[in-house]
Amino acid sequence: MKPRATPYLLVGPASLLLIAFGVLPILVALLVSATDMDAAGLGDLSRVSFIGTTNYQALFADPSFWQALGNTAFYVLLGVPSVVALSLVAALALNHTDSRFFRALRSFYFLPAITGIVAIALVWGYLYNSQFGLFNYLLSLVGLPPVQWLSNPAVVKVSVAAVAIWRGTGLNIIIFLAALQGVPREYLEAAALDGASRLRTTWSIVLPLLRFAIFFVTVTTVIAWLQFFDEAFVLTKGGPLGSSTSVSLFLFQEGFSGARFGYASAGSVVLFVIIAAVTLVQLRTRRADVDL
Amino acid sequence: MSTSEAPRPVPARPVPTRPVSTRRPVPTTARRRPARSTLVVGVLVTLGAVATAFPFAWMILSSVKPRSESVAYPPHVLPQHVTLEYFGTLFSELDFGRYLVNTLAVVLISMIGLVLMAMAGYGFAKFEFRGKEAIFFLVLATMMIPVQVTMIPTYLILNGLGLTNTLLGIALPTLVSAFGVFLFRQFMTTIPTEILEAARIDGAGEARVFARIVLPMSRPILAVQVVLTFITGWNSFLWPLIIASDQNLYTLSVGIALLNQQVATNPSLQMAAAALMVVPVLIVFVIFQRHIVQGFALSGLK
Repeated sequence: MKPRATPYLLVGPASLLLIAFGVLPILVALLVSATDMDAAGLGDLSRVSFIGTTNYQALFADPSFWQALGNTAFYVLLGVPSVVALSLVAALALNHTDSRFFRALRSFYFLPAITGIVAIALVWGYLYNSQFGLFNYLLSLVGLPPVQWLSNPAVVKVSVAAVAIWRGTGLNIIIFLAALQGVPREYLEAAALDGASRLRTTWSIVLPLLRFAIFFVTVTTVIAWLQFFDEAFVLTKGGPLGSSTSVSLFLFQEGFSGARFGYASAGSVVLFVIIAAVTLVQLRTRRADVDL
Repeated sequence: MSTSEAPRPVPARPVPTRPVSTRRPVPTTARRRPARSTLVVGVLVTLGAVATAFPFAWMILSSVKPRSESVAYPPHVLPQHVTLEYFGTLFSELDFGRYLVNTLAVVLISMIGLVLMAMAGYGFAKFEFRGKEAIFFLVLATMMIPVQVTMIPTYLILNGLGLTNTLLGIALPTLVSAFGVFLFRQFMTTIPTEILEAARIDGAGEARVFARIVLPMSRPILAVQVVLTFITGWNSFLWPLIIASDQNLYTLSVGIALLNQQVATNPSLQMAAAALMVVPVLIVFVIFQRHIVQGFALSGLK
């Protein structure tokens, strides 16, 4: 009854698309990274020539690339702990009681996660505005001097990361809340009977049971922040003077604004290797943790 | 929240009000007065919610202020004169009508991707075929590959296919997601094979079995996916930005990104544009909240 071609017709289109836009690009990036492809080469492949590892050598000698790498490290070190800690605390607090009020409040925390970054950037750009923005007005109310949120190189990374932290917590709160459903009620009741305080129960029973969720959220958050792009792109274009440029933004600018496709592809390969390496190290530590 | 971990006096942390049993507790209508810790946590959670949602309130309030008020310093929280002028400007002087149509077109094309993912999920769940494991592994492997890394090579591939500057080219890179395929497969594995076989014996073709039995039985997961597909399609920014060089193909997000650079001195207009993009998603969220939260929660169980 089942024609033999049926399963292939079913899985074929989706699989081909995924391979074309998921697996193939890595191979293309490897190939193109060894060429001098630019805008001219894009139209006429005969004008593209192989130049070996020249792109990689140039990349590692490029101070802008190192600046972008440093900025990305800053974003990861600031963003990941903030997002994980804030979403965990918020989820635990929202889970404090099962009342309708607490349930209704959850939605507010989810909102930033579902709204488009471009619109969000406009709103935050307005709040950060140095002439008529609300934040500087609030600072003036408590007697503090105005801050150049988006044009002071020392501040801009924090301002940009704050938007991403605000946007990144919602999804992780949902994941933590789902994981909290899996904490057996009997454990909590037993702890309460033994006279353990709520805080103590959270620390000694709930958090250890959430270990896998915390690990999962940390790994996915690290991957997301290593690719940090949207907020910096729309709020500052990486400025001033590259002080908020992440590696992804650097690649975008080299590739699409500068049309240096070979050079940007070399950067893509390096970013891929970094992400893969960081993820593997995290998975290894997790395994060691389980073995204990 | 309390900072002390010392055992507290009895009233602060009561013994459980429910009997310790495996039976579902009967909801008590006469609730005890909430404990002090609940009040403290409640206040903190409320403050956090207000702070989180505040930028949205500020956006909506500012979008109906005249320009003179939105650039006034010190700022007023509430508009003194309410105006919808800038929503009109978006459509009359700027091309937001076209951007809106393009955005809806991208969302519609994404829905085709949804059907492809459902088909693939069904194929992986209910058929045995040569190469199944290898193909499924490749599909899952694409989940590990970061978008920003594939951005430039994907552009080169689309360029090679002649799809730059087309709506199809905008939608194609994100048309199907490995995770979507995976979710459909997980769900469809639970559909009893006997039902499918019975339909086949009754003479139903494979297309009919899929459309009339498999899809209707997958409604819960379809609902989750439809809502998430709408939101990601509506919000999509990277591919419209890269692929659309012709202004006729701009989506709302690209139009708004340009607005950010061009008319940086009119916050009212900017906030109106932002509201145009955010409010539909907020409405969808309010209506389909359960599906969205369920979908995100599932994404945590990969």
